[in-house]
Amino acid sequence: MTETRAISLVVNGQPRGATVEMRTTLVDFLREELRLTGTHVGCEQGVCGACTVLVDGEPVRGCLLLAVQADGTRVETVEGLAPDLEHLTPLQAEFVRHHGVQCGFCTGGILMSLTASLRDNPRPTEAEIRNTLAGHLCRCTGYQGMVDAVLALAAGAEPAP
Amino acid sequence: MKPPRFSYHDPATVEEALGLLAAHGDAARVLAGGQSLMPMLNFRLARPGHVIDVNRVAALATVSPGPDRGLRIGALVRQRTLERSPLIRERCPMIGQAMPFVGHPQIRTRGTLGGSLAHADPAAELPAVMVALGARLTLRSARGQRTVAAEDFFVTALTTALAPDELLTEVALPPWPARTGSSVQEVAIRLGDFALGGVAAALTLDAQGRVAGARVVCFGVGPRPLRAADAERSLLGGAPSAAALAEAGRLASAAVDPSDDIHASGAYRRRLAGVLTTRALAASLATAAARAA
Repeated sequence: MTETRAISLVVNGQPRGATVEMRTTLVDFLREELRLTGTHVGCEQGVCGACTVLVDGEPVRGCLLLAVQADGTRVETVEGLAPDLEHLTPLQAEFVRHHGVQCGFCTGGILMSLTASLRDNPRPTEAEIRNTLAGHLCRCTGYQGMVDAVLALAAGAEPAP
Repeated sequence: MKPPRFSYHDPATVEEALGLLAAHGDAARVLAGGQSLMPMLNFRLARPGHVIDVNRVAALATVSPGPDRGLRIGALVRQRTLERSPLIRERCPMIGQAMPFVGHPQIRTRGTLGGSLAHADPAAELPAVMVALGARLTLRSARGQRTVAAEDFFVTALTTALAPDELLTEVALPPWPARTGSSVQEVAIRLGDFALGGVAAALTLDAQGRVAGARVVCFGVGPRPLRAADAERSLLGGAPSAAALAEAGRLASAAVDPSDDIHASGAYRRRLAGVLTTRALAASLATAAARAA
């Protein structure tokens, strides 16, 4: 017998409800039920970071959380960052400027991790940026463009009070 | 759809969770942070009939001051909280020293203290830290409650003293002794990856600057956290000279018998245990001396 449960959560500011199977992971729910396919599924064991989304503001692996566990939470995905190409977030714009993207498979998760860490600390050092990126695998860029993007952003950020 | 079907339970109290474990223990897995169990479910390496999700049990998620300046940490306390809590940093510096090595920030958001201990991965940092600290673990079941020393809790790789109907609920840490420094040292391919080897150490000095207490626990170099008792004894009562710390490293290296795997040879890991022991003791000494001054 298949067990299901009704859940309701806020995804990118929009209230969403659905009935899900207990074993459905959050990332599969986002992609297959809500059709938010910007969050990618890579290793499904928490290593690659492609599925990273924010749950109540904190970065988590979407493949290691059940959708039922996200009941009542506020979820942010890469689709929630910019309304359209003309209105990229400053982080996304710096990624474009510094070639932080190649194939793009890892990018959604990386943008979410960096978005969360920049909220905590708008002026990270290179070591702090690399520590955040260590939770992600990118097989194209060599990471340097991403580091440069965040450093450029940090250099323009308001000094910490 | 990756995980196999299971019956899902999300109790709100410890008592409810214990009732579920009493009914389904043999066929159940406890889901805490999910950073180890969920991969096993996704790959169907685990096929439990029942998943008991304890994330709603708020009583398991508290950090409180224990008696005599000790600490009591609930099993569901997130690793991110271990990393950030001012109370933990003040009362038990070794935990904060271990946290940068525990997975990645995105893993520590969900990962819990109790989950890491109950999973008992031989390369994990927190089990070794708990052995080094002399932590006492509270295990509860519908039958009652018992307390087990961390050193006795870890049986072998991925195997602990927990019975199928028991739940790890709390970790009690003794007070941090005066004039004590500690350090966690580790080598991994990438920060946050599984340790090729690591050491958690603490050194306590007496008023004359001699070694009054020493703890050396190696991880990632055997099936469970290993206390290097010979290395600890060799330091007691003596001056913490560079030669004494090097000798303790040699003894720690002799105490471990790691095997080869795809990531490193046993010989490399054995050497690593010694080198990291000496480094961890030197770093502990620097803090202990500063605290004594």
